[in-house]
Amino acid sequence: MAIGWYLAVSAIIFCIGAGGVLARRNPLVVLLCLELMLNGANLALVAFARMWGGEDGQIFALIVMVVAACEVTVGLGLIVAIYRRQLPVDVDELSELHG
Amino acid sequence: MSVAFFFIAAIGAIAAAVGVVALRNPFYSVLALAAHLVFLAGLFLLLRAEFLAFAQVVVYAGAVMVLYVFVVSYVGGGEQLPSGGALKVLGPLFALALAIELFIATLGSALKGVKGKGAPYVSGFGTPDHIGSLFLTKYLFPFEAASILLLVAAVGAVVLARRRRGLEHDAELERVIDTVRPAYTGTMAEAADAGPAAREQPEVEPVGPRGHEGGW
Repeated sequence: MAIGWYLAVSAIIFCIGAGGVLARRNPLVVLLCLELMLNGANLALVAFARMWGGEDGQIFALIVMVVAACEVTVGLGLIVAIYRRQLPVDVDELSELHG
Repeated sequence: MSVAFFFIAAIGAIAAAVGVVALRNPFYSVLALAAHLVFLAGLFLLLRAEFLAFAQVVVYAGAVMVLYVFVVSYVGGGEQLPSGGALKVLGPLFALALAIELFIATLGSALKGVKGKGAPYVSGFGTPDHIGSLFLTKYLFPFEAASILLLVAAVGAVVLARRRRGLEHDAELERVIDTVRPAYTGTMAEAADAGPAAREQPEVEPVGPRGHEGGW
């Protein structure tokens, strides 16, 4: 398959994730959609690594996975803290920093 | 053969991604994301990224998804919030505009390699051997920085999710400390012969054959 097909798939996945981040209100699902966006970017990185014939893109994708894991742990910790304080688990209601 | 495999994996990945966004119950969203990651690992395999596909399945679809499932079952994500008003319309529109722009950018680009099948395959491309040697030579600093980042994130998650005030009130604290317990059951208060438990509680007769004098 041409590399362009992989890029198209990665673009579609990224856009689905971006739409989900905007449309959903549950912070858990927002985190899941962030994962989708990171995965779309990962696929593009790996496709470009294949196109170029170097493994640097795969290294970059692995580092992205590490950063995604960190983001997940901190995000889930935040959600647990929100739940503990009996605040609504809803990104629209948590607007105290709104100014 | 690889064409068929590509379309199976690509359609599966996109369908599972739609499922993540569209399913109402967060638990099913998590399961859809796990399926998406497995399909994406198939795409990585087609792109000769063997180690990355392996790490994707084991670390992502395994460990991270378990974390998600735990939090969903703890928070009880089955509330099924309705989507927000204006963003429910604007979000998909924005995603569509972004998709069109990305398609123009990638497929309409003048990069010749995008039309081709990629560089000629070198034996060992993307194997743990190559990735590992790159990580320990050329990319040693990002590797170490990633480990520090993981440590910081783990500590940060513990700090964020811990109980803020410790034990809630004095009453609860007393309940834990001043529980009536038989003597000689091995508390530190007995060892020091002090503390509120030892002083204030009436002496409870020890149970068992061993009396006061025969204590350890």
